[in-house]
Amino acid sequence: MLKPVVFLGCLGPAAWLARSIVIGDLSANPLEDITHATGIWALRFLCITLAVTPLRRVTGWNGAIRFRRMLGLFAFFYGSVHLLIYIVADRLAGLGFPSIAAWQTARDLAASIGADIYKRPFITVGFTAWMCMLPLALTSTAGMIRRLGGRRWNQLHRLIYASAIAGVVHFLWLVKSDIREPAAYGAVVGVLLGFRLARLRRT
Amino acid sequence: MLIKPPSDIRSSEITPKPMYLNRRAFIRAAAVAAGAAATGCAGIDALVESGQPAPHRRKLEDVRKSPLSTDEKPNTWDQITTYNNYYEFGTRKNQPSQLAHTLQTEPWTVAVEGECNKKAVYHLEDVLKGQTLEDRIYRHRCVEGWSMVIPWVGFSLSDFIKKCEPTSKAKYVEFTTLYDLKQMPAARYGGLEWPYLEGLRMDEAMHPLTILAVGLYGEVLPNQNGAPIRLHVPWKYGFKSIKSIVKVKFVERQPYNTWQKQTPEEYGFYSNVNPTVDHPRWSQAAEQRLPSFYKNMKTLMFNGYGDQVASMYAGMDLRKNY
Repeated sequence: MLKPVVFLGCLGPAAWLARSIVIGDLSANPLEDITHATGIWALRFLCITLAVTPLRRVTGWNGAIRFRRMLGLFAFFYGSVHLLIYIVADRLAGLGFPSIAAWQTARDLAASIGADIYKRPFITVGFTAWMCMLPLALTSTAGMIRRLGGRRWNQLHRLIYASAIAGVVHFLWLVKSDIREPAAYGAVVGVLLGFRLARLRRT
Repeated sequence: MLIKPPSDIRSSEITPKPMYLNRRAFIRAAAVAAGAAATGCAGIDALVESGQPAPHRRKLEDVRKSPLSTDEKPNTWDQITTYNNYYEFGTRKNQPSQLAHTLQTEPWTVAVEGECNKKAVYHLEDVLKGQTLEDRIYRHRCVEGWSMVIPWVGFSLSDFIKKCEPTSKAKYVEFTTLYDLKQMPAARYGGLEWPYLEGLRMDEAMHPLTILAVGLYGEVLPNQNGAPIRLHVPWKYGFKSIKSIVKVKFVERQPYNTWQKQTPEEYGFYSNVNPTVDHPRWSQAAEQRLPSFYKNMKTLMFNGYGDQVASMYAGMDLRKNY
């Protein structure tokens, strides 16, 4: 019963953004607004997902685990929209919006994205954050957990640590001078990962 | 999940006291982090909120049209006054529109210093005396990859410089923005070294396209756009066009401008708009003419003012002198 409520809550930012686009309630640079909002929500959901286990340990509320998959998938959802915006509004637009149906377009687009990822560390690290989430999303079903086995599945899903760190670095490299905000996310991710490290050292 | 049968707890397994205290420290740190995150959330959500369009001020009189204006359609008043990079009033684009009302533009003085004969502190009225105001509708290209068309009102910087009578030693002009934490409390978090400083080579400063702007859309310039007097150099990235000028200094050596000091590998002294020289973090080949949703036009060399300004850079390696 709680799950649908949380699900709708997680959709909230997307709904708010869609509303803002429809009624034109964005700044003079709407692209920047939607890019930033989806990126920041991906990072927030990564943090929220990473907070589930510490929350269980600290409060003893084991029921929290029920929401972890959904929260993680929302991080992937916002991250994917973020990536898609970059692909369409930056890369595809840079090619002058050729016909999407043509093979040549797919090749040019892939080359253009690849070159950008190769050339710019800022893009590289952002893409890494998304790439680390991709296998986690693909193996999020009960069937995949069974097929992989709990231990291996758990090992694989530690990739979320890399994704969160890469996400923070991506944000840090975006800002030009005022680093307070990315630093705050860095602190949150640091504490959440530090919690795991502390437990690891204890056992 | 594996459920192990309960075993007797050995004394070695009881959490030692330092670790126990560590946990408290952890919880405290977590609480602080959560607080910081909440603050961050509240801050960023302000981004999707639109800014406050500037209130309208006095209409400027006797403004002439200029052949140097572009015939492209200017951006709206609301767009130009709610989307600003003015870090002294916050690093978010909408913050200057919300915070710049604390800027005191009257009275205003401009200090003229350095290698010139007319060193003095001038009242703004004296700076403006005898200057013919013109509409200068210019393209404005930000180093971040967006652009606007802005109907400034201003006059050629050269007319002001001539009055200052620079000496032969004056090779560059250095400009300084007001820095006053009482009026600009957000500057504390700007992350830049204040006061904001910019500079031009003498020939660039004397170029007829280079203006001191005092108005927008025929009205007195809004605070968030750099009131009461600012520079606009249309063939250079926007950060060269320094706002709210309090000092003009004629110098022999090339000034070390604020952004160059901040990140020398990303921002140089010249900062001419150049589609072939990328910013290390993004391409400069195309741009987003706001309010477009995507990069909807190719960036032009010298922001399309090449015919007028390219000769000043003949023989220079623009890849090196970015």
